[in-house]
Amino acid sequence: MSTHEHTHEHGGSGVYVKTLLALLILTILTVAASYIDFGSGNVVIALLIASIKASLVALFFMHLRYEKAVNAVIACSGFLFLGIFLMFCFIDFDTRDDAKALDPQPVMYGPAKPAGAAAASAPAAEAK
Amino acid sequence: MANTLTSRGKIADHPRPEVNYLNASKGIWSWMTTVDHKRIGVMYLVGVLTAFLMGGIFALFVRLSLLNPKHMLFGKVLMSAETYNRVFTLHGVIMVFLFIIPSIPAALGNFVLPLMLGAKDVAFPRLNLASFYLWVIGAVMAICGMIFGAIDTGWTFYTPYSTTTSGTVTLMVMAVFILGFSSIFTGINFVATVHKLRAPGMGWFDMPLFVWGIYSTAIIQVLATPVLGITLCLLALERVFSIGIFDPKLGGDPVLFQHFFWFYSHPAVYIMILPGMAIISELIPTFSRKTMFGYRAVAYSSVSLALLSFIVWGHHMFVAGQSQLATVIFSALTFLVAIPSGVKMFNWLGTMYKGNISLETPMLYAISFLLLFGIGGLTGIFLGTLSTDVHLTDTYFVVAHFHYVMMGGTVIAFIGGLHYWWPKMTGRMYTEKWAALGCVLVFIGFNMTFLTQFFLGSKGMPRRYYNYLDQYQPLHAFSTYGSWVIGLGMMITAINLLASLRKPYDAPDNPWGGTTLEWKTSSPPIEHNFEDQPVLERAPYDYRPEPVAH
Amino acid sequence: MSTSTVDFHDQHGHGGDSHHQHHFATMEQQFDTSKIGMWLFLVTEVLLFGGLFVGFGMMQARYPQEFLEAHEHLQRPLGALNTVVLLISSFTMVMGVLSAQRNDKKKLVMYLILTIICACIFLCVKYFEYSHKFEEHLLPPRWYQAQPGDTVRDAAGNVSHGYGTFFAFYFMMTGLHGFHILVGIFLLAWIAIRAHRGEFSSKYYTPVDLVGLYWHLVDLIWIYLFPLFYLIK
Repeated sequence: MSTHEHTHEHGGSGVYVKTLLALLILTILTVAASYIDFGSGNVVIALLIASIKASLVALFFMHLRYEKAVNAVIACSGFLFLGIFLMFCFIDFDTRDDAKALDPQPVMYGPAKPAGAAAASAPAAEAK
Repeated sequence: MANTLTSRGKIADHPRPEVNYLNASKGIWSWMTTVDHKRIGVMYLVGVLTAFLMGGIFALFVRLSLLNPKHMLFGKVLMSAETYNRVFTLHGVIMVFLFIIPSIPAALGNFVLPLMLGAKDVAFPRLNLASFYLWVIGAVMAICGMIFGAIDTGWTFYTPYSTTTSGTVTLMVMAVFILGFSSIFTGINFVATVHKLRAPGMGWFDMPLFVWGIYSTAIIQVLATPVLGITLCLLALERVFSIGIFDPKLGGDPVLFQHFFWFYSHPAVYIMILPGMAIISELIPTFSRKTMFGYRAVAYSSVSLALLSFIVWGHHMFVAGQSQLATVIFSALTFLVAIPSGVKMFNWLGTMYKGNISLETPMLYAISFLLLFGIGGLTGIFLGTLSTDVHLTDTYFVVAHFHYVMMGGTVIAFIGGLHYWWPKMTGRMYTEKWAALGCVLVFIGFNMTFLTQFFLGSKGMPRRYYNYLDQYQPLHAFSTYGSWVIGLGMMITAINLLASLRKPYDAPDNPWGGTTLEWKTSSPPIEHNFEDQPVLERAPYDYRPEPVAH
Repeated sequence: MSTSTVDFHDQHGHGGDSHHQHHFATMEQQFDTSKIGMWLFLVTEVLLFGGLFVGFGMMQARYPQEFLEAHEHLQRPLGALNTVVLLISSFTMVMGVLSAQRNDKKKLVMYLILTIICACIFLCVKYFEYSHKFEEHLLPPRWYQAQPGDTVRDAAGNVSHGYGTFFAFYFMMTGLHGFHILVGIFLLAWIAIRAHRGEFSSKYYTPVDLVGLYWHLVDLIWIYLFPLFYLIK
């Protein structure tokens, strides 16, 4: 390693190689896991592995581990507020019982139909 | 000339420098390529005031047209229903996206924030200029889209109407997308500036409260605006490719559009009001000659309002078809907003209490703000309450509420701030008498116009409607008369300010006896703001006489 | 310029360094500020993509069966290949930053070029994937053509709108991501040219660092896109 001042140097090639290896192994894992049926667990596993990989990239490649804390706070805030956005949308979506009643059949896409069955799905539900 | 006796009896302490930021370089090109935050602030000011003028004229037309239910004026129909839809959309879009959102942060904030921090410029001066040009491009696109193609969706672009109506919605939406990036750049700049460019000795809790307010605003600009960008992209794609995300005809969910839209646009309401509150937090201590009561509480309340703004957006959608659980949660969370708002309100009053209040024009605006924002804030509680909101949704009550907050709050604070910093920006004093008259007229006219609309709304007058029942006519007419009074007050204010520009420099460095750093430099400031790097020795709002230096 | 401003400027006299902007007291302050600005920008990118992720999530909840069937049309090996390519490019990028920190101009240029090559490979693979989708008419709803395996149909045999919606999201999200790759290639090329000219050193390598951060974010977003589109059961 050279001797001159490099106040910002972090990690070093050894850490980066290890990080890359970990990322590649996790990629293989996630692809392998996708061929096995865990039921709804598949989504959880896939997103968990993705989050581990993302954290590795952020901590080592993006130097968050060595940076001033403020940058980490900024980075986390992005994901935090995205989480808030997602959470409230899902709260609404999951508990919106009447939404399903209004939309009893999936909307079909195809050549135009005379009565516009798709457009009429909501009023039809109300009519009953 | 330099040692002017100020209204506070304070002597300006150094001679006015010959060269200032206004005359340091000449020619239109030197303005167009400037990276000086003060010049960019002034250019933004000219831009947003032009937008304000346009939006205001459209508002006067809307009110004029509503003078009677048949829209008759001198025996002719003033506006058809289509024209009416377009004109109120023009008013809404211009006021929200072109005026209020950039008004305080980008115009006044750009000018004042680095001065208050004792910095020479914002963190990224070129980004700052880019932000201005994006605003100009967005503004031109928006106005072209509206004038040549006619948008009649209102400023909210609700689907499915916005995906099915003809007109240049796509162009308009792209314009707002660009305006969004202009806002993001301003936000990034201010956050970085506050973090890294504070004067030596200035800790977080030595910052003026204006800076806290703008900082909180910038956080929202950075975190919320990208979602608006992607929402508008999705809307445009829905129109072009019918991807089926928002349009129920294609199996999409129009309520989801409202989630997307309000995830930005509710925080955007705080992008509008927080800077207004920030200005008031400067005006009240300065003109009460008293230390800010509960400085830290006010600072924290700005940040907490910014954060709270992200978890209450669903209260715009109580009757839009979102789930009952979500509705109840959003309603409950909405009440939390009252806490930091109340903290601010009581601390401003606490600051005024037993203060040495002087009623110069900026303070008149600050007091107007307290009264109008008080009404606007309290009526917000009615609308956050589920049971009353169901009755009041989409009535003039809502229109009156948000005008009390947006105009009675933000615009009044903006004009107050403009009067406060006008001597610093231009080096000239305006005529106090006319300025005060303008303020009083705007206050009276505003209440005539919008207090009336609370009554209209609670009697059931729906917003955005072209026609109305004859029984509403007296109130509508009174509201229209009020709008003329506002127009008159604004005209007096504008002429008074512009007239001051014809005079030679006559403003002292510190006309109001302020304690923050922007008053420590000359009026107008020199190109690099300060002769020497200012070092903060006293906390802001310390109005005790300065120790005599030997 | 007035004399007083010159005085102010010289007080902190770093006039020697051409990269030092006048409104910063020190180079370190300038570097830290750029970093904060870049991270803020990255946050806006996260939320920009985030909107699409939320939309995708909602539509998946609405059309679970359609999304499941539609995702079978994506080529998992190609997706995995692209993941590996991007991860490697992230590695070469960070090695480039390290070389800049170590004043190693030759290695810096080499690593930047390797990163660009990886980016180009990524786009090539994407090109093959896209053209396959176009051939099969696996497209947004307006152009989507029913596939034999599509089971969600109405009595008349029209397929559900959800299939096209899946591909609309596929094209929007990978398209926006691909656009970021394309921008990244230009940025990397610009940095490589400047590096070749010897503009960077261990004292000043801010642009390399910032483009690096951007590049890692593009990689990070793909890390989520890959399982979401290619692997979801």
